[in-house]
Amino acid sequence: MLSPAEWDALRLSARVALWATLLCLPFGILVGWLLARREFRGKFLVEALVQLPMVLPPVVPGYALLLLLGTQGPIGRWLYESFGITLAFTWKGAVIASAVMAFPLLVQPVRVAFRLIDSRLEQAATTLGATPWNAFLTVALPLALPGVLAGSVLCFSRSLGEFGATMAFVGNIPGETRTLPLAIYSFMNVPDGEGAALRLAGLSIALALFALAASHWLTRRAERQLGYLDHRVPRA
Amino acid sequence: MLEFNLEFERGGFLLQAAARIEAGATGICGPSGCGKSTLLALLAGLLPPRSGTLSFRGQTLVDVAAKKHVPAWQRHFALVFQDGQLFPHLTVQDNLLYGYRRRAAGERRFELQQVLDLLEIGPLVARRPAQLSGGERSRVALGRALLYSPQLLLLDEPLAALDERLKQQILPFLRRVKQETHLPMLYVSHARAEVEYLADRTLWMEGGRLLT
Repeated sequence: MLSPAEWDALRLSARVALWATLLCLPFGILVGWLLARREFRGKFLVEALVQLPMVLPPVVPGYALLLLLGTQGPIGRWLYESFGITLAFTWKGAVIASAVMAFPLLVQPVRVAFRLIDSRLEQAATTLGATPWNAFLTVALPLALPGVLAGSVLCFSRSLGEFGATMAFVGNIPGETRTLPLAIYSFMNVPDGEGAALRLAGLSIALALFALAASHWLTRRAERQLGYLDHRVPRA
Repeated sequence: MLEFNLEFERGGFLLQAAARIEAGATGICGPSGCGKSTLLALLAGLLPPRSGTLSFRGQTLVDVAAKKHVPAWQRHFALVFQDGQLFPHLTVQDNLLYGYRRRAAGERRFELQQVLDLLEIGPLVARRPAQLSGGERSRVALGRALLYSPQLLLLDEPLAALDERLKQQILPFLRRVKQETHLPMLYVSHARAEVEYLADRTLWMEGGRLLT
């Protein structure tokens, strides 16, 4: 049903989105927890920085990545000279671009999840011999799991659809950086490409709906398993 | 045994408390908002005092001037919270064993079965906290604290969330814990009758000051 070029785009998108989500997860959990639980100087700046990709034209973060991580950029040159890693115009760069753009969508639900957890549960854990890190791992993180799952699915879906930043940072190279949205755009611009563009657009919609349904189902399941719903019952 | 002289301030509320507390059960009684819970949180290591010292059995746990502050998880004081604070994602059994598993085998004073029998909670072990009644929760929270084999048991209005009938059911369990375990306890409540029923001696608290 799909042509080899269309399959390529689909496979590449899935791979990029998966890696972007995995890359975002540890940072997303850390930042979500910090924003929910800690007051510190410059908190507003961290919040703004996290949200920035959502309100900027996507091409701007993409361009910024090119300036920083491109072969001539300060970090990009260092990565190449020290480790032989090139990000610009490679699928790994597409992972970075997607991760930056999808990060806010992960942080938001994670932050809300941590905020909903009564911090006295972690205090109770520390009075039972758990270090704060231990209390985080055994109490806060499992209770925040529904939020982490929901955020991960959103992050994954957003990565599947990333266009502007990817285009600016890693271009539109078939088989390397031409993900679903870029393939759709490319097919739209060639004669007779309409059928392929339409198929891929339909596929994108189906994938997005599937991801949202999966997120809903996973969250509900986690909430039930964790007895999480009960946890929010007002106390007497 | 327990000696402290602590000062704490937050948002214009000043707490000053000094006492020397001997073994056995000590009650701290006072109206709500007088700082009883804050005092327990200071003793447990959940809040940092502004100044003062705290020692237990001759060991200094807090000395603000010397920048010494033994963290909560190294004090081995179990704190039973007002509403139990059972971990909602764990079964009753895993809740009970949370602190137990963090104690070396040689430091454990109680075994699961003993505590299940003492508090009559054996049939509940497979349940989640959501499936417990208020009275059952109180007993599980108490059991969880006991299984941690604390050096000192801090009880912060453990019955406040219960109605009068349930309170009358749980109080004998608390007395039984005191008589059978001989754990030193600090019992905080606004209800004088409760405190007097359980405690060997009672201290009063008012407006952030401990009256001795």
